[in-house]
Amino acid sequence: MKWEDEAIVLAARPHGETAAVVQLLTRAHGRHAGLVRGGQSARLRGIYQSGNRVSATWSGRLPEHLGSLECEMECSYMARVLDDSDRLAALSAATAVCEGAMPEREPHPACFEGLLALLEALEGDHWAEVYVRWELAFLAELGFGLDLSSCAAGVENDQLAYVSPRSGRAVSLSAGAPYRDKLLPLPGFLVGRGEGGNAAVAEGLALTGFFLERHLFHPHDKALPAARLRLEQRFTPDGGTSRGGSQ
Amino acid sequence: MIAGDLERLIQLLSRLPGLGPRSARRAVLHLMKKREALMLPLAEAMARAAESVTLCSTCGNLDSHDPCGICRDPRRDPKLLCVVEDVADLWALERSGAFKGGYHVLGGTLSAIDGRGPDQLNMGRLLERVTGEGKDVEEVILALSATVDGQTTAHYISERLAGSGIKVSRLAHGVPVGGELDYLDDGTLTAAMKARRPA
Repeated sequence: MKWEDEAIVLAARPHGETAAVVQLLTRAHGRHAGLVRGGQSARLRGIYQSGNRVSATWSGRLPEHLGSLECEMECSYMARVLDDSDRLAALSAATAVCEGAMPEREPHPACFEGLLALLEALEGDHWAEVYVRWELAFLAELGFGLDLSSCAAGVENDQLAYVSPRSGRAVSLSAGAPYRDKLLPLPGFLVGRGEGGNAAVAEGLALTGFFLERHLFHPHDKALPAARLRLEQRFTPDGGTSRGGSQ
Repeated sequence: MIAGDLERLIQLLSRLPGLGPRSARRAVLHLMKKREALMLPLAEAMARAAESVTLCSTCGNLDSHDPCGICRDPRRDPKLLCVVEDVADLWALERSGAFKGGYHVLGGTLSAIDGRGPDQLNMGRLLERVTGEGKDVEEVILALSATVDGQTTAHYISERLAGSGIKVSRLAHGVPVGGELDYLDDGTLTAAMKARRPA
């Protein structure tokens, strides 16, 4: 059997001397792997870099086989962000999260669209805020969305400031004050308050990282990918992000 | 039926990159035909190399001496240090003759996929060589691959050296010599356009 689809490269691992096993996030076939013959060659290696958008053709004798892949480059998002350490870290983190968390061969067109939108947004000024929103949407698409619409304690008279680690629901400032050591801070830009900034992004990454780890990685006995941890580390006060933004 | 010693030789040769069992058999037959002219000198050279070649404790290059010939060469500029992924990259730069400073071989790149962090690379020695007391390195040139892993490693090193007063530069990405724009991939063209300079 054979199919053609749009895809984003998530990872490529060497296989033997010249081939590579490539993981793609496709629009209609979900996360899908395949063997690329000559995938380690100088001619093809550039195509199979994480974050590149490709046109993929998969073929295999049976659908459950690994099969072989042939890809044609559509857009090299990797080349766009190669010079920027923060954006490159975000691209690596996003592809590593998709590779580690998404079930294989289960169609999630919204995940494909979301990752594509994130890669497009990486060249913009507010890419880090977009990244946090992307992780929230990613959690929701995989069935673990957070409810940030109203206070879990029923208090409606002040701003939402926390998220309950147990329920994933927002908690208002006054209701959460006595438990603030146990609650996760909710950055304002996620509920339409404020524009973000590095400190808010750090809070957002800690928030989404907690739920990604709990719902998508821990059940499979895995830790958050190193690339995702490195991105979060960059937004800590001494993490060294060069991105402009209020602290 | 192949004799035991030959079978063993074929097995070992077939593990080399680019060789399979069939080409290993051909190589062994060729060696047997040229026993005096090729097989014995080859065996002797391999034994000698296995005994004498080691990693240079300064830069990570392969050489019969420690420090290696490049590190001991007084004609090389000690103010320039070029960081490469592996020895093959060092050899490539040496073939070009474009660089006359010292080298540092990292032994790979940071890799999220393979779970390779700074501790698995020759990173501590690099920082010691560059920022240690009495060191006279003025510029570190990052000659790493234009891949996600290569550039992540380059950014990591430049961030670690930020504030040390040492100039950090890296190789340009773009149009190869003799390359025609029509045949270049989008990624290379994008990188070349971003790295354009005054004509």
